[in-house]
Amino acid sequence: MFRHGSRFLSRASTMRWRRPFSTDLPAEAYKDSNFVEAWRKAIPTVEPPSTPSAFMATRPATPSSIPSKLTVNFVLPYSSELSGKEVDMVIIPATTGQMGVLPGHVATIAELKPGILSVHEGNDVSKYFVSGGFAYVHANSFADIITVEAVPLDRIDPNLVQKGLTDFTQKLSTASTDVEKAEAQIGVDVHSALNAALTG
Amino acid sequence: MAMAALRREGRRFATPLISPNPANVFRSSLIPSEEPVLSGVRCISTQVVRNRMKSVKNIQKITKAMKMVAASKLRAIQTRAENSRGLWQPFTALLGDTPSIDVKKNVIVTISADKGLCGGINSTSVKISRAMHKLNSGPDKENKYVVLGEKAKAQLVRDSKKDIELVMTELQKNPLNYTQVSVMADDILKNVEFDALRIVYNKFQSVVSFLPTVSTVLSPEVVEREAESGGKLGDLDLYEIEGAETKAEVLQNLTEFQFSCMMYNAVLENATSEQGARMSAMDSSSRNAGDMLDRLTLTYNRTRQASITTELIEIISGASALEG
Repeated sequence: MFRHGSRFLSRASTMRWRRPFSTDLPAEAYKDSNFVEAWRKAIPTVEPPSTPSAFMATRPATPSSIPSKLTVNFVLPYSSELSGKEVDMVIIPATTGQMGVLPGHVATIAELKPGILSVHEGNDVSKYFVSGGFAYVHANSFADIITVEAVPLDRIDPNLVQKGLTDFTQKLSTASTDVEKAEAQIGVDVHSALNAALTG
Repeated sequence: MAMAALRREGRRFATPLISPNPANVFRSSLIPSEEPVLSGVRCISTQVVRNRMKSVKNIQKITKAMKMVAASKLRAIQTRAENSRGLWQPFTALLGDTPSIDVKKNVIVTISADKGLCGGINSTSVKISRAMHKLNSGPDKENKYVVLGEKAKAQLVRDSKKDIELVMTELQKNPLNYTQVSVMADDILKNVEFDALRIVYNKFQSVVSFLPTVSTVLSPEVVEREAESGGKLGDLDLYEIEGAETKAEVLQNLTEFQFSCMMYNAVLENATSEQGARMSAMDSSSRNAGDMLDRLTLTYNRTRQASITTELIEIISGASALEG
């Protein structure tokens, strides 16, 4: 009966260790207490459901001095390319132009356009072609980049890009309906962005 | 198809057993006092028991096959669900997690499976959705349902038909991908007016445990209002916004993107939970069928033995009567 006693004890003590004082609580509470209370009052028979923040590591508060590294999360629907990786700088293809983000960058929400995302880590630079999405830079030197599609730049075949570009340019000139025109325009835009990424 | 077959088997097998005391149904064949063997009838037919054994064996075969199918599907979808877990986290970090927000138009997006035989995950979704409805109801408040999946539809239509705004089924006909889910999310955004969307789904934890979860997505207007009034999203005002001309436009794009990402993860998590639940449900039912088969075999053999013994006794007593 007491076999698991030590485990419970140790768990309780570690919990106490992790949050010794109320001031040490992370900015966001582990669970929304208002919600849980309201739920318990209205529906006492059912346990309150979890909410997403319960499954997430809490982010640290903004440090007083600027940290030396930027923590980047770069996510796609089918994978997390980078998660919590500490790098020196990222350059983001915002709709307003390329945006370099260093540690201590002002908090920003940026929309992305198709273009190159480069991640600088010491002397290593990894470049991705991204298809657009969002990037958030938080005040605590965290950067979140969410895109729908991203490919490392070295996996793109320049010949196929050239071929696609000429194909779509031709299609654009011969397009008759609005739909065809729009499709060809999208093709041209993507391929010229790819071309610029490869040559530039 | 397998399910239809299973139902048929189940019915065939249940009909001779309908008794006023359902708890006793399966045991009845084991209690010797109720056996026809001992009530003095000679040459009892073992046909009934044999038939039942056959049908139980068939059920076991089907449930075993379904378990295998669920296991292989689970493996495929579990990795995808786990890979998509990074997707929603930035949004929650930025826009916070606001299940307690008090708004006028609530839309509850209930995610469930199209097929049954997967434990309690569908009824859990429905239960939590109903509870959300109750929690957010009040004067001058609106609650609507958007239902994904056949099973939740069947349960919700019964009592809240007037609140159902949109029903989508056969989501998993093709393997789930982001494009498909974002088209669906777009459909919901276009057809439903909302201040807050509450996505109810089962988050996959392990093959035997699922956590009912509610993710909240606010409309751009509510986000702006909250940010300005300095409520839960007060931090949002500190962010510089780059992109389209106005803040409202960026917020609109942002919340729509958030919804599609949240939906993508929710749909995948729920599908994973479904396969996991089906796997464990089918596992336990194959085990139950195995147990039942053992008991039936025992009864069958006992009956056979009894009839043999009776015959022997008859022969021996006949012979001894002749001798004596």
